[in-house]
Amino acid sequence: MSDLVPISITVNGRKYELEVEPRLLLVHLLREKLLLTGTHVGCDTSQCGACTVLLDGRSAKSCTVFAVQADGSEVVTIEGLERDGQLHPVQEGFWEEHGLQCGYCTPGMILSVVDLLNENPNPSEAEIRAGIAGNFCRCTGYQHIVKAAQYAAQRLRG
Amino acid sequence: MTTMERPVLPKLIGARVKRREDPRLIRGRATYVDDIKLPGMLHLAFKRSDVAHGRITRIDTSAAEAMPGVVAIFTGRDLMALPGATRPVGARGTYAAKIGAGLPPMPIGTPFPSPAHYAIAPEVARYVGEPVAVVVAEDRYLARDAADAIVVEYEELPAVVDPELAMQGQPTVIHEGFPNNLALPYVPMGTGVDPATGAVDNSAIDRAFAEAEVVISQRMVNHRVAPNAMEPRGVVAHWDAGKEFLTIWSATQNPHILKSMVAAVLGLGEHQVRAIAPEVGGGFGCKINIYGEEYVAAALSRILERPVKWIEDRSEAFMATIHGRDLICYLDLAARRDGRILGVKMRLIADIGAYNMLLTAAIPTLTMLMASGTYDIPAIRCELTEVFTNKTPTDAYRGAGRPEATYFLERGIDMLARELGLDPAEVRRRNFIPKEKFPFTTQTGAVYDSGDYEKALNRALELAKWDELIAERDRMRAEGRLVGVGMAFYVEVCGLGPSSSLPTGGWEHASVTVERDGRIRATTGASPHGQGNETTFAQMLADLFGVPIEHITIEHGDTAVVRQGIGTFGSRSQAVGGAALMMAGEKVRKKMAKFAAALMDANEEDLVFENGMIYVKGSPTTGKSFAEVARYAYIPVPLPPGLEPGLSEEAFFEPPNNTYPFGAHICMLEIDRETGEPRLLKFFAVDDCGNVINPLIVEGQVHGGLAQGIGQALFEEVVYGPDGQLLTGSFMDYALPRATDFPWFELDRTVTPTPVNPLGAKGVGEAGTLGSTPAVVNAAVDALAEFGVKHIDMPLRPEKLWRIIHGRAQA
Repeated sequence: MSDLVPISITVNGRKYELEVEPRLLLVHLLREKLLLTGTHVGCDTSQCGACTVLLDGRSAKSCTVFAVQADGSEVVTIEGLERDGQLHPVQEGFWEEHGLQCGYCTPGMILSVVDLLNENPNPSEAEIRAGIAGNFCRCTGYQHIVKAAQYAAQRLRG
Repeated sequence: MTTMERPVLPKLIGARVKRREDPRLIRGRATYVDDIKLPGMLHLAFKRSDVAHGRITRIDTSAAEAMPGVVAIFTGRDLMALPGATRPVGARGTYAAKIGAGLPPMPIGTPFPSPAHYAIAPEVARYVGEPVAVVVAEDRYLARDAADAIVVEYEELPAVVDPELAMQGQPTVIHEGFPNNLALPYVPMGTGVDPATGAVDNSAIDRAFAEAEVVISQRMVNHRVAPNAMEPRGVVAHWDAGKEFLTIWSATQNPHILKSMVAAVLGLGEHQVRAIAPEVGGGFGCKINIYGEEYVAAALSRILERPVKWIEDRSEAFMATIHGRDLICYLDLAARRDGRILGVKMRLIADIGAYNMLLTAAIPTLTMLMASGTYDIPAIRCELTEVFTNKTPTDAYRGAGRPEATYFLERGIDMLARELGLDPAEVRRRNFIPKEKFPFTTQTGAVYDSGDYEKALNRALELAKWDELIAERDRMRAEGRLVGVGMAFYVEVCGLGPSSSLPTGGWEHASVTVERDGRIRATTGASPHGQGNETTFAQMLADLFGVPIEHITIEHGDTAVVRQGIGTFGSRSQAVGGAALMMAGEKVRKKMAKFAAALMDANEEDLVFENGMIYVKGSPTTGKSFAEVARYAYIPVPLPPGLEPGLSEEAFFEPPNNTYPFGAHICMLEIDRETGEPRLLKFFAVDDCGNVINPLIVEGQVHGGLAQGIGQALFEEVVYGPDGQLLTGSFMDYALPRATDFPWFELDRTVTPTPVNPLGAKGVGEAGTLGSTPAVVNAAVDALAEFGVKHIDMPLRPEKLWRIIHGRAQA
């Protein structure tokens, strides 16, 4: 169809050449076209952060980015976080510290923490709370997520 | 020889075991409803009413029908197969024949009279967000486009918004046959009320108030909130026309109830329906209900012979998923000057919204049931009226009726302490039900199983360093800061059953199978959505059988795999589901012991299951491996006399009573004098949920409950305009709490086991929502003591507090 737009996008290290509707949201590209369903949709106003991915290295809410805007970009989703079958330290922290219950906000929350620790390897409790303030969790009351981030920060600092 | 050749397995009950659910969830490999794709699957989008109250005069679907990818459009009349149905795109005749008699009104789970409630409104829309048509399309975007292109015209009717006007029939009556909008006109409970006849004798309650030295009276509102599980609702329905069999996946807390109700509404037998709750992203009560969208999806899959999917948007969830709370209380509390409570009256008005849903009418009755709190109150009178308004229906939200009771009573006791100049802990202590009086029957008829309230209160006072906390508050006040401390004590009713208390039955089911290789597969009807049953239940079986937890799988959520079940709500997973699991496990263990005894020529009573071995007590080196005995049970040569082959058993556990967990919450809160912004500085919670299987999971449950209770006290509120428009329709306007809104929660526990189940576990899922809400408001009132404030209705928005501080409170 003529109204489709060609884009080139690298997701979790793999390059895709696709034709997409201009209005297609990045989150739907990931979920519906690439079948990467680990990225979730929790709202429709960019508040909840369940859809957070890394877009060119920084956290971004993929429900607020059109797929065509991500043309030429590199995206990392929750499925792309492990290295050689090993959990990323942030994933490990969430497991160790019971940083999740229903798991729905978790992929976005993990990627926000990854971004936070990239920027600030040794955050205070208040800085962690501020760093994940763009992500809602309805289950945990956030305390174990803070502990998960502290665990990961320590692991990443070695 | 020693036992060292086999690893010694740690005992897991009571241990902080990491969750076995987590690897799939943290790796993005879990499957929620929206992750399911079936070949040929169509997508649904609902057209929803944008008026609060209106008679549908015309639905123009022509533009929508002409849009690409649209397969069919159905109005309420179409689905009811009524005259005047619009014409769906495609082979209308075929569809009409298959609809047959059409979808009947949706069933509810309470015995109270209820107006007809159709999945799609056929004639009158009664709240903003009520479905008026549904589009079926090849793609989700196209379905939404088409729904937006449907034009609906209404004859607008007056919106009924204020429940206290509604009960006078003002400005209009919403349902025929329910004069003055009364869903339940008057239900009394408590002292002098005969539950059988409803006859009321006022002498005892009147005497209590006549003898009172002090009476506290206050109108309070426990306002409407939105549950907001992070995963919105969703459903996939697949009718297999060849087998005449429906499979329905849904984000539900109770797939077995879904199966029964969908079968009933579609006119199918329960043997023709399989319901699956896949990974479910939170529930908090709002996914107990079986909603119109589920019936519509099932019906349309059957009509169209294609799989269909519907996924709720968040904006839809605010309108179309049940709301919680919304209860007005006129509280009167009679006491002596020493703080001893003589009587409590609660006149309750529940704004239940436009329709009765599954448990809507029953929720406020739990507020009445729990009106005695943790106190030995000699006279209690509750009176409940439930009122229809043009709002989204209410139903169970975490705590469901009990947080409301706790809030009203604990606010009242705080007012009493303030009035008498007594320590709020002391007033509570003087009224506690003493531990030797359990089981204790309250004036409202609740039979509390066990309790040691004094111990939990003392532990909370120690944890919070109460005296130091007061001194710290006073120091901060001396600096001109507005700081308050608040406490609340709660008891809740959990572990729902027994069957007499639930329309679905109050038991739970489990099965346990030891496979031929000694690995264990168990099923539970307690379908989790974040509770971690795969971990706690495996911990219990690992200890029971003496095998590694890695050898155990807990299956749930699929009615084809889990033969029977009720579901997860009312903090019942462990207390009822866990008990059923242990019953089934013990049956299998007993049978396995018989096989082992035959194999080892031993007495089955002498056998020990430990470290992957079954051996005679005292002789761990001469036993058989667990796997060897399992294999023998399936290839029983010779078959021991009186035994059937195999190791697979099931059990139903019917609890004799509910459980009554309790606890104390204490907090410190500061209000910014300039902006009115409240900020929690400290929060302490001591909860007693009986015996604990996994303390890590219990902590997580308490944290989450606290966040929701504090969220209600400080931020969250569903607001309707005077025209019945929903003003808080997204996260832009509805203030869900963020990580920055909470202090560090300091927790501790006391342990008072329950006698009503063999585990001694009471349940903890809802606990956090009970004490936290009144504790926060009590602290805010304390912080504003210098302004002579007696009560502030929630949520404690900065504007409201600023007006008090600056002398501009609205009357």
